[in-house]
Amino acid sequence: MNTARKIRVLVAKPGLDGHDRGAKVVARALRDAGMEVVYTGLHQTPEQVVEAAIQEDVDMVGLSILSGAHLTIFPRICELLKENGAEDIMVMGGGIIPDDDMQELLANGHAQALFTPGTVTADIINWIHEAMKDRLS
Amino acid sequence: MSHDDMDKIRQGKKEWEECSSNVKERPNKFMTVSSVPIKALYTPEDTEGISFQDDLNFPGYYPYTRGVQPNMYRGRLWTMRQFAGFATAKESNERYKYLLSQGQTGLSVAFDMPTIMGYDSDHPRSFGEVGRVGVAIDSLDDMETLFSDIPLDRITTSMTINAPAAVLWCLYIATAEKQGISSHKLGGTIQNDILKEYIAQKSWIFPPEPSLRLITDIFAFSSQHVPKWNTVSISGYHIREAGSTAVQELAFTLADGFAYVEAGIKAGLDVDSFAPRLSFFFNAHIDFFEEIAKYRAARRIWAKRMKEKYGAKDERSLLLRFHTQTAGCSLTAQQPENNIVRTAYEALGAVLGGTQSLHTNSMDEVMALPTEKAVRIALRTQQIIAEETGVANTIDPLAGSYFVEALTNQMEQETEKYFERIDHFGGVLAAIDEGFFQQEIADAAYRYQREIEKKERIIVGVNDYVTQEKPPVDLLKIDPQIEEEQKQRVRSVREKRDNIVCTNRLEALRKAAGTTENLIPLILDAVKVYATEGEIIQVLREVFGEYKEKPIF
Amino acid sequence: MTSVYDKVIEGVLNKDRRMVARAISLIENNDNGRTKILSEIYPHTGNAYVIGITGAPGAGKSSLVDCLLSTLRQQGLSVGVIAVDPTSPFTGGAILGDRIRMQEHALDKEVFIRSMGTRGSLGGLSRATKEAVQVLDAAGKDVIIIETVGVGQSEVDIIKYADTTIVVLTPAGGDSVQTIKAGIMEIADIFIVNKSDLPGADRTASEISMMLDLGGSLREWRPSIVRTITLDGSGITDMHKAIFEHRDFLENSGHLQKVRKERIRRDIIDLIEYRIKSTVWEQISGSEEFDLLTNQIMSRETDPYTAAAQILTGINLDKCKV
Repeated sequence: MNTARKIRVLVAKPGLDGHDRGAKVVARALRDAGMEVVYTGLHQTPEQVVEAAIQEDVDMVGLSILSGAHLTIFPRICELLKENGAEDIMVMGGGIIPDDDMQELLANGHAQALFTPGTVTADIINWIHEAMKDRLS
Repeated sequence: MSHDDMDKIRQGKKEWEECSSNVKERPNKFMTVSSVPIKALYTPEDTEGISFQDDLNFPGYYPYTRGVQPNMYRGRLWTMRQFAGFATAKESNERYKYLLSQGQTGLSVAFDMPTIMGYDSDHPRSFGEVGRVGVAIDSLDDMETLFSDIPLDRITTSMTINAPAAVLWCLYIATAEKQGISSHKLGGTIQNDILKEYIAQKSWIFPPEPSLRLITDIFAFSSQHVPKWNTVSISGYHIREAGSTAVQELAFTLADGFAYVEAGIKAGLDVDSFAPRLSFFFNAHIDFFEEIAKYRAARRIWAKRMKEKYGAKDERSLLLRFHTQTAGCSLTAQQPENNIVRTAYEALGAVLGGTQSLHTNSMDEVMALPTEKAVRIALRTQQIIAEETGVANTIDPLAGSYFVEALTNQMEQETEKYFERIDHFGGVLAAIDEGFFQQEIADAAYRYQREIEKKERIIVGVNDYVTQEKPPVDLLKIDPQIEEEQKQRVRSVREKRDNIVCTNRLEALRKAAGTTENLIPLILDAVKVYATEGEIIQVLREVFGEYKEKPIF
Repeated sequence: MTSVYDKVIEGVLNKDRRMVARAISLIENNDNGRTKILSEIYPHTGNAYVIGITGAPGAGKSSLVDCLLSTLRQQGLSVGVIAVDPTSPFTGGAILGDRIRMQEHALDKEVFIRSMGTRGSLGGLSRATKEAVQVLDAAGKDVIIIETVGVGQSEVDIIKYADTTIVVLTPAGGDSVQTIKAGIMEIADIFIVNKSDLPGADRTASEISMMLDLGGSLREWRPSIVRTITLDGSGITDMHKAIFEHRDFLENSGHLQKVRKERIRRDIIDLIEYRIKSTVWEQISGSEEFDLLTNQIMSRETDPYTAAAQILTGINLDKCKV
């Protein structure tokens, strides 16, 4: 395994919602776990998120959505990643996402993992390591 | 208490300490939700030196520690004001009528993200967001629907809106006018607290200077034309929700308040002409006594500084009147019924702290906007406190408690320390620019999360007392179709109005925005001819520019 | 048969954003294909003009880069930005947040922004940063901006990679120019006094000027001093002008060629040093002889100088010649 290889994650706040407590706590936790976190800032359009993901060649995009717009935003970002030949970039996220919407997004492949309020950051980090296992070896 | 008595107590305390050390303490940090360590016992030692006259006094008397009105809830209970709004004006209007029928005593409007950020529902950036976190308001047409059959002279309305507050306020005034009600009769609040947006909630549009100009324009217009209106609700709620400690919530909120006072004075206004209408908005978090101490300290600090530093002469300028909302961030997605209990304790804390108005969260709000049933329980929570618990029988019942008075003093001291640090930066705006508040908040939020993950802090149902139950299914859903309908509606408004007059009025606004003229009358003119919120904000955006954040981790 | 690396190289030369990004990652991660990629794109480098921006945290470097992007784009130039942020020495992780200040250019196809962590390089600017510049150069960027962390060694390192080095200062209350590290003041080709609406801006500018006078003219180029306010864009066109004036000076005086040649010499030496170091380390790490000698040195039976000489006699350098 290449020891110089870092996991790169894009943490994004898409849409108009400005509540970034969770996004920042996760970003900090991922950094403390040795990952490189590119933080996009607030009020991102799906196009901006995808463009950043591509230029930064991240392994994973993490979306924080508390505005209820998750059923439009996740699919749109996945669509744009595909259009740009970047479907290998994984998508995960969290925020205020009711359970049935979560199941729908996961089933349709619009997210590889979604984390509810109350998730401990250790679980997110473990999931990322698990998901990246093949890629890192 | 005499010197001898105090000595006897000190002696007794030593004996008690020795005695109680025979039983080992539980493995717990015994700290508040803000990580402040709390002693096992508080005694007269801790309140030594407190003067009833100077530090507490009677309710309605300087420094108002015990309450801003002389007879508090004996005269009038706090307003039960549930924050509500979703989908379009029609659905929200129905919810308001429901809440009023269930005994709510004031209205509180939640707007959707496009409205909050100054975009019309058909703007590309509004895609997927219309009506989701609040009601979509694009023009006077929507506002009239929102308050249809609700007499604006007999109800007070709080509107949670900040960057575009001037526009929504004018929409409200114009709606009342259509109901035949003069602006002089209107009572209510606009949150209009842009400083906390830069610090915590982040729904900004313009940079700080022009935003403050809009706020002082509102102060001036209000004192002339809408004298019963609370022009700012200086907020700590969002600062706390972003992860701050209780002291930070207190200190940063009051610092913002004083910054508005200074802005008003700088704009040439007499402090007593606008200060009486400044109001506050605090969080009611789960650590019971810390919150009560916070509210009491807040009243005292505000009164003292307004009098001593800003020379306010009108007694009403010294009164810290506040609305409270129970802490959204304390609620859990796991075992949501537990949230009813949390909200109840938090609400009790707010009442014992002397709040003027209260919103209680619903149990399902971690996952969605509340259902009718959930919000009814939240309202009943307040009604049970008011009618059954007896806490409203007497004013400031916890005064004199060794613990509460000691904690109140401690919070005041810690707040003063923060004021010094903010002064060192050169004031609130400079401190925002340096990211001071944002860093304090981010650090506190991270520390809190670390405590949970290390199990130094237990959250019931989340990291202990966990069950494997399935999440609730009966949640409020926003029909995506309403976005299409709202888009049609705003387009139709644009077609039907007199576009020549409308364009002229927007132009007049644009010109005035580049001068120091008061913009409120011009915004009012524009909304009356059905200029949309997005159009008005766009004009201002072009003149004032947009704020860019400096991200802090 | 085209390998993965051939595809990446082809992508870089065809300006495919995804492949450019991938190339930078492979290089940064010390992938086996690193050398192949770098040596095959190398013939296509040498066209980009490199600007380095350094200065203390909070000076407004990212905002200045954002403003500069606008003026460069107005001239029709294609721009690459490498924004470096510090990697935590304890956790090895980093939060890279400089993109946030460049939102306006987020969707401009001719702007490529890449955030990099220092990843433990002692100099503050890693080898990978320099190599990322090469990738962007080969991908046809006319100008490449490197924005450094602004603490410690990285501030000075920037001159090794940049054609024009810009040092950003602010009229910080109380701090006079004299307290700023001497090294920083010497590397600047252009001084920017940002947030120049704040009190003390004039003083800062004149202090810099005095210091330049006192320093004597060891260099032919007298650094420009430009005042800017990123909030309203004041001084940005002056900054742009100063950069191109410096560039003209370098080209006309022949300095540019000289500097780039020097850079190439250093590149070769750096690469040689790196290879030797890696090979040596591979052979001694975990070796019993090494442990034994360490203990002997501890008890003063021998000394580090003798030990080093002894170890070297056993080192095989053939491996690094490959």
